[in-house]
Amino acid sequence: MRTIRFLLQKEFRQIFRNKAIVAMILAVPIVQLLILPLAANYEVKNINLAVVDNDLSGHSQKLVNKIISSGYFKLTGTCRSFKEAFALIESDKADLLLEIPQGFEQNLVRENGQKLFIAVNAINGSKANLGGSYLNSIIRNFNIDIRTELLPVQKSVGLATIETTTSNWFNPLMNYRLFMVPGILAILVTMVGGYLSALNIVKEKEVGTIEQINVTPIKKHHFILGKLIPFWILGLVVFSLGMLVSWLIYGIAPVGSIFLLYGFIAVYLLAVLGLGLLISTFCDTQQQAMFIAFFFLMIFILMGGLFTSIDSMPGWAQFIARLNPVSYMIDVMRMIVLKGSGFQDIKYHLGKIIVFAVVLNGWAIWNYKKTS
Amino acid sequence: MKQFLVFVKKEFFHALRDRKTLLILFGLPVVQIMIFGFALTNEVKNSKVVIADQAKDMASQQLINKIEASQYFEIEKSILNRKEIENAFREGKIKAAIVFPENFNYDILHENKATLQVITDASDPNTATTQSNYLGSIITDYQNELNENMAQPYRISTETRMLYNPQLKGVHNFVPGVMALVLMLVCVMMTAISIVKEKETGTMEILLVSPFKPLLVILSKAVPYLVLSLVNVTTILLLSVFVLQLPINGSILLLFAESTLFIITCLSLGLLISVRTQSQQVAMLISLMGMLLPTLLFSGFMFPIENMPYPLQLISNAIPAKWFYIIVKSIMIKGLGIGGIWKETLILAGITIFLIAVSLKNFKTRLA
Repeated sequence: MRTIRFLLQKEFRQIFRNKAIVAMILAVPIVQLLILPLAANYEVKNINLAVVDNDLSGHSQKLVNKIISSGYFKLTGTCRSFKEAFALIESDKADLLLEIPQGFEQNLVRENGQKLFIAVNAINGSKANLGGSYLNSIIRNFNIDIRTELLPVQKSVGLATIETTTSNWFNPLMNYRLFMVPGILAILVTMVGGYLSALNIVKEKEVGTIEQINVTPIKKHHFILGKLIPFWILGLVVFSLGMLVSWLIYGIAPVGSIFLLYGFIAVYLLAVLGLGLLISTFCDTQQQAMFIAFFFLMIFILMGGLFTSIDSMPGWAQFIARLNPVSYMIDVMRMIVLKGSGFQDIKYHLGKIIVFAVVLNGWAIWNYKKTS
Repeated sequence: MKQFLVFVKKEFFHALRDRKTLLILFGLPVVQIMIFGFALTNEVKNSKVVIADQAKDMASQQLINKIEASQYFEIEKSILNRKEIENAFREGKIKAAIVFPENFNYDILHENKATLQVITDASDPNTATTQSNYLGSIITDYQNELNENMAQPYRISTETRMLYNPQLKGVHNFVPGVMALVLMLVCVMMTAISIVKEKETGTMEILLVSPFKPLLVILSKAVPYLVLSLVNVTTILLLSVFVLQLPINGSILLLFAESTLFIITCLSLGLLISVRTQSQQVAMLISLMGMLLPTLLFSGFMFPIENMPYPLQLISNAIPAKWFYIIVKSIMIKGLGIGGIWKETLILAGITIFLIAVSLKNFKTRLA
């Protein structure tokens, strides 16, 4: 126990001596938490729409107005020809193109039907998907408006309608930040913990001070614990700062128990730090450690379900996602913070993370050799 | 010239000696292409839903079958009461719930109107929106089937065409983004680290006192990374053509020329970082936090720039990766020639010249 206390003293001195690192630990997460949710906005709004109105009638005007007033679309150009509108798409000035054919109003009234043409710049898949379906549902609504406007009342009665009421639970205002902020906080804690612990042991190797530790009677697990505990405390500090920022700036307070949240983070940090330390024991230079840590963290973060849903991935990718500690963390953050899930709901996640923590740290201790 | 070649050879030794880093450098683009190409998708499918069928009649069964038949939803189990639905959401097992009222069929047949309740997990707003849109169109389909005998008057139908990317694959967005990211990583970080490392270990001094021109020392450091990067560009392009089946619609020569320009931009950025920093850790952190993150954020490949607040949109203009991303997208996917991208090319060249000028101004041949 005494040995660990001395080791901790040494580690904390080394950490606080390096002002650049301390600044990074404290400032970077906060700055990122301020900027990232603003930037990482997948809410599809302000879709640029080019309209080719060949009809120029009352109804075509009404339709365009209805689309613009929905708030999702921004009219970037009213074009005379399809070619002109297509050029707007080519130069990325427009994302969607709606062509209203000549005789729209006439055909609608006389022939009971008319086709509209929509072209979507689908390079950005999610935007195209949502934009196209928004536009279609607005047109569907417009259709209903038209029908009630033009049709005598009794005639429309014969049709069966199924009405759908939609309730959006846990986030009734569909606030996108509520979704992003807890996830980003999970990523930040992972990055700070992962990088710092990965660079740590390897720095002692590169500078040569590890030899001095190796010749002392310090036990292997003492050494690893001495490296683990300071970053574990720092990780919890970063997490608390992040929670504070998200509460003050975004007004996000956990719906569920905050103790449960801290309990989970405490175990999760052990797993992340274990991964960092393991990388550290495998590498000889800081450069290597940096690249390998970057490599794994990048895969974990991309596959962690922060941006795209894991359910939509193919089977093999879902299998990898199950081996990814970050995905459990993001999941649990969202569950406790947004949905108020309790211990019963997350016990499966917790069990997995405990296994990760034990395996990774055990491996790191086993792989750290005191003799070269 | 002979001297220069000798120095370039030395740098190649340095770069190729570190097998682990090299493995990551070449493995990174491959893994990224695989992840982006096959694992990540913007489509929402296989969403798990629960159904609370209080009606258990013909109409509800037909509609459930229709939902089950679509690839978007996976029916998890059927439960009855609201409490159970709430618990299922808490456990995170389901993404949506559909509640059929009692007498669903009766309402349709006799009152011509039935109400269905859809509950989505809006803690993920985009998925929730997409799901309720999908459900909405399945329900509309079913409704139209019911009304088949009666002609619907005043019908506006739409024909939607997805340009450039009919299957809504993510690849079209990601391949150019991965290129920008990998080039940025290799060039900026590796050049910065390799120069600062010489400073840290003290070998820089030896190089500077040699009769070889200091500027050429730096230049020779850039050559291996230029070559490595071009190898990476080739790998990415080969993978995207042969594995992802994403054809290159524009000129390959132009694509390589633009890539070289962007590589030079990155190298000069790395140079700038290296002349301003003294330790490897600081150089790494600056390139990682200061360069890589903005690249991810502001190049427009992961996050749509037009959704950002205006000040951030302004900042994005200063990020070279943004312009490179636009250029690659235009050449590869839209098949535009130099005429369509001369503006972006000029901006990129301008940024490069600016970066080189600033780093030369800060470059000191003497160590403090």
